[in-house]
Amino acid sequence: MSFLVVSGLEKRFGPVEVLKGIDISVPQGGFLVLVGPSGCGKSTLLNTIAGLETVSAGEILIDGARVNELHPSKRDIAMVFQSYALYPNMNVAKNMSFGMEMRGVPRAERKETVARVANMLQIEDLLDRKPGQLSGGQRQRVAMGRALVRDPKIFLFDEPLSNLDAKLRVEMRTEIQKLHQRLGTTIVYVTHDQIEAMTLATVIAVLKGGVLQQVGSPAEIYNMPNNIFVADFMGSPSMNLVPARLDRADGALVVSLKRADGSTTALPLHRPSDAARAHVGRDVILGLRPENIDDAPEPGATSGYHHPLEAHVEVTQPTGADTLAMIRLGGREAVARLRAETGARAGERRRFTVDMSKAVLFDPETEERL
Amino acid sequence: MAASAIETAVRTGRLTRALIYAALLVFAVYYLLPLFVMMVNSLKELDEIRGGNMLALPEIVTIAPWIKAWNQAQIGVQPTGLAPYFLNSIKMVVPAVIISTLLGALNGYVLTKWRFRGDTLVFALMLFACFIPFQIVLIPMARVLGFLGIAGTTWGLVLVHVVYGLGFTTLFFRNYYAAFPTELVKAAQIDGANFLRIFYRILLPSSGPIIVVTVIWQFTNVWNDFLFGASFADFDSQPMTVALNNLVSSSTGVKEYNVHFAGAILAAIPTLLVYIVAGRYFVRGLMAGAVKG
Repeated sequence: MSFLVVSGLEKRFGPVEVLKGIDISVPQGGFLVLVGPSGCGKSTLLNTIAGLETVSAGEILIDGARVNELHPSKRDIAMVFQSYALYPNMNVAKNMSFGMEMRGVPRAERKETVARVANMLQIEDLLDRKPGQLSGGQRQRVAMGRALVRDPKIFLFDEPLSNLDAKLRVEMRTEIQKLHQRLGTTIVYVTHDQIEAMTLATVIAVLKGGVLQQVGSPAEIYNMPNNIFVADFMGSPSMNLVPARLDRADGALVVSLKRADGSTTALPLHRPSDAARAHVGRDVILGLRPENIDDAPEPGATSGYHHPLEAHVEVTQPTGADTLAMIRLGGREAVARLRAETGARAGERRRFTVDMSKAVLFDPETEERL
Repeated sequence: MAASAIETAVRTGRLTRALIYAALLVFAVYYLLPLFVMMVNSLKELDEIRGGNMLALPEIVTIAPWIKAWNQAQIGVQPTGLAPYFLNSIKMVVPAVIISTLLGALNGYVLTKWRFRGDTLVFALMLFACFIPFQIVLIPMARVLGFLGIAGTTWGLVLVHVVYGLGFTTLFFRNYYAAFPTELVKAAQIDGANFLRIFYRILLPSSGPIIVVTVIWQFTNVWNDFLFGASFADFDSQPMTVALNNLVSSSTGVKEYNVHFAGAILAAIPTLLVYIVAGRYFVRGLMAGAVKG
C-alpha cells in the first residue's frame, strides 16, 4: 500500500515547464530520495508535496487522501529547510513550539513535547539560545527538532546537509538514518549529492530537466541505470562509459573495444538482454563501474565473468582505502578502483581484469540501456 | 562597531591624518555655528542683541525669552506662545509616523513575500510617489480632504502625511525584506501561521533597524513640514512650523530676536531628540542589505 503517491504531476511557471509528468509512490515508512543536478526540479517537486507550490496538473495523495488543495499546515507534514529557516527572533524552545502554538496545543503539552524531542536530539542545553548563537550543526539539529515535535505523517528534507562541513555531514547523515529507523516515519529527501542518496534511500528517484529518469532501489539505480545520464550521475567516481561495438563471435555476444594500434579487444557479454541481441553489429556504449576493473593477480578466480585486458596506466591516485588508476580504455580515459597496495605505476602497461557480469550497455543514439 | 571601524580603516600617515582632522574640524564649526548663535542669543536680553556682537556670550543669562516663546508670545491674534501648536504637532506626527511605518512594513512584506502579477509595477508606481513635488498635490489633496470632510483637522494632516510618506516607507521595508529569507515564511506557513501572524510574529520582530530608519525619516519629514501645515490646517490644528513662522514673521511690534531664536530651537528639539536616541541605528539600518555579510 503506497503511503505517498505522486501521479502525473506537472508544474509550469508561466511558459516554463519545470516538472513534466512525475509518477512516484512510496510505501509507509519508506525513505524516498529525490536526486539530480541543480535546476532539475527536485526542490520544486518537494515544494508541491509540501503545498508551498501549487500543482499545474496531476495529483498528490498522502495516506490515500488527495492533498492538492490543502494548505501546507493541513497536510500533516514537517519540513527541514536547506537554510534551516529558524526564526531569528525566537529562542530554540520557541522555535520548536511555534507550530504547536499555532495549532492551539496547550502550553503544558508544548513544553513536554519540546523537552522530549530536545532530549532525543541532545539539544537540551540550547533551548534558551537564539539561532544566531548556534553553530551550523546545532542549527541543523534544532531544525530537525522543530520537524520532530510535529509527529507528522511525512518528513520533508530539502538539502538539509549541504551547508555543513564534510565531517559533520557524514555524522548528521548517520543521525538521520538512525532517526528514520527509530521513528519509521515516511521521509522525502532532496539532495544533489548521490552519496547521500545511495546511503539513505530505500527508493531513489533521479530527475533531470523535470523528467523522471529512473525510480528504484539504490542497488537497481547503481547496477542497472536506465540511461547514460543516471549511470554517469550516480556513483563516485562515475561509471566508465566506453565507446565499443557489439559483435557475435563463436555464437556468443562480445563487446569489441578499439585499441590504440587499431586491433580490438573482445569481451564476452553475459546474460545479454533481448534489446542487446537485436543490436548486434552496431555501436554501443559499454558502462563499467570503476570497481569492476581490477588488477588482482588471480583473474577470474571468484566468478567466470572476469576477463583479461591490457591497458596503459596514465596516473594513479591513492585515496588511502584504495587506489584509483586512470587507464586508456577504447580510446577513452577510464577509472579503475584498485586495492591500496596495488603495484600499478603511472606510465606502465598493465594487465587488468574486467568483471563483465556487472557491465551494462547503452545505445549511443537514444542513450537508453540495452 | 569600533573594532570593525579600525579594521576597515585605510592606513594613513600622520600628516594625512592631521589634514583630515583639520578639515573635519572646520566643517564641524561651520555647521555648528548657526546653532551656537541661536543658543547664545536666545539667552540674552533684547538690548544686548541690539548692542551688536552676535557671537558674544550673554552678559546676563536669562531664560525669559524661552518662557515667552513657549507660552506668552503673540501668535496670530492670541498670546498663547508655541505650546498649543507644539501639542498640535505631536498629535499629528505620532499617528502619521506609526500608521505610515506600519503600512510601509505591510507593503514591503506583500511586495517581497506574497508576490503577485504586476507587483514590480505597483512598486515602481509607489517609488514614483517619492519624486512628486509637494506643490503638485496641493489642489487635488485639498479636494480629497474636503470630500472626506476632514479639511482643516489634525486627522486631515495625518492622512496627507501618511499618503505622502508611504512611498518612502514602502521603499525602505521592501528593500529590507527582500534580503529576508523567504524560507522563514515557508516554514511559518507549514507551522500553520497565517498571513498576519507571519508578519507580526516573524518579520516585524526582526525589523528593528529598518523601523528605526523609517521612524526617524518620517518623524523628521512630518515634523518639519511647513507647506502642508500652512495649506491644510485651521487655527486650532496648525503645527509648530506654521506657528513659528507666524511668530517670527509678524509685521507688527518689536522684533524680539531672542524669543524667535528660543522658539526656533524649541521647534527643532523633538527631531534632535529622535536623532540622539535612535541615530546610531540610522546609518546601520540604511546600510543593511547594501553589503553582504
